[in-house]
Amino acid sequence: MLRQGCDRITWLSSDTVTGVQIVVQAHIEGDWTVFTVAGELDVVGAPKLRQSVMDAVKDGRHCLVLDLSGVDFIDSFGIGVIVGALKRVRLLDGDLRVIVPEPRVRRVLEVCDLDRVFTLHRSLADALETI
Amino acid sequence: MATAEQEPVEIEFRPGQLVLEIPARTEFVSLVRVVVAAAAELEPDMENDRIDDLRIAVSEATTNAIEAHGLSGSFDRIRIQCNLADDEISVVVHDEGVGFDPATVPDLPEPESPDRLEHESGLGVHLMQLLADESEISSGEDGTDVTLVVYSSKRRRRP
Repeated sequence: MLRQGCDRITWLSSDTVTGVQIVVQAHIEGDWTVFTVAGELDVVGAPKLRQSVMDAVKDGRHCLVLDLSGVDFIDSFGIGVIVGALKRVRLLDGDLRVIVPEPRVRRVLEVCDLDRVFTLHRSLADALETI
Repeated sequence: MATAEQEPVEIEFRPGQLVLEIPARTEFVSLVRVVVAAAAELEPDMENDRIDDLRIAVSEATTNAIEAHGLSGSFDRIRIQCNLADDEISVVVHDEGVGFDPATVPDLPEPESPDRLEHESGLGVHLMQLLADESEISSGEDGTDVTLVVYSSKRRRRP
């Protein structure tokens, strides 16, 4: 539909907005399972991380590291996954470490006071050092 | 009534105003963030951190609108209107899904409380209120309007 009086009209195909928005990879560091996450932790991306965490917990891995170094956006859905992961592993006497070097993502977690719920590490080395 | 397949996305950009219409599907939320942030970046006094706040608040409001449509089974579209000014950007996200009463959102427990971990979902409204300088949710027979206003840092410092 064209409209008059506009400075610019852009029409986008739905193909433009499809595609992978999140990549979750896991590796083992001693007793810890490290999830390296890249992309956007929103309503689309967060469920994939949640499923990865649930699968790990189901497999008996209760000490988890979420490395969010590659995350460039987080909203309440991503926050919900982190809070849910922490709740699950603590119920099983496990632990969760979160790596958030990106200032924009870090700021969102701090605004929600989550830096008072768990430590926000700046690197994997930092997170592992305290373990 | 247009279906999502017939009209994927429509963007109307006039001086000082951007209107975006999307199908009520979650895969379009990322696009809304990109377009709104790009429009905000045209305002020289809007700093990056304020635009980041706007992106998150708009993302929350748009996702809530899409979920409201999902609950009602509607194929109507979501309308996002941005009014751009030197010292503030206001955004109205309109949906015609099931209504929403912000008073039903429970308060968050203190971070140190064990009950805080019970709040995995329902954080979106809190985040909108924390990041926007003004926020209002109004629901009626015509649907729900979420209005968000983000000030420039210069305006925030103004007494």
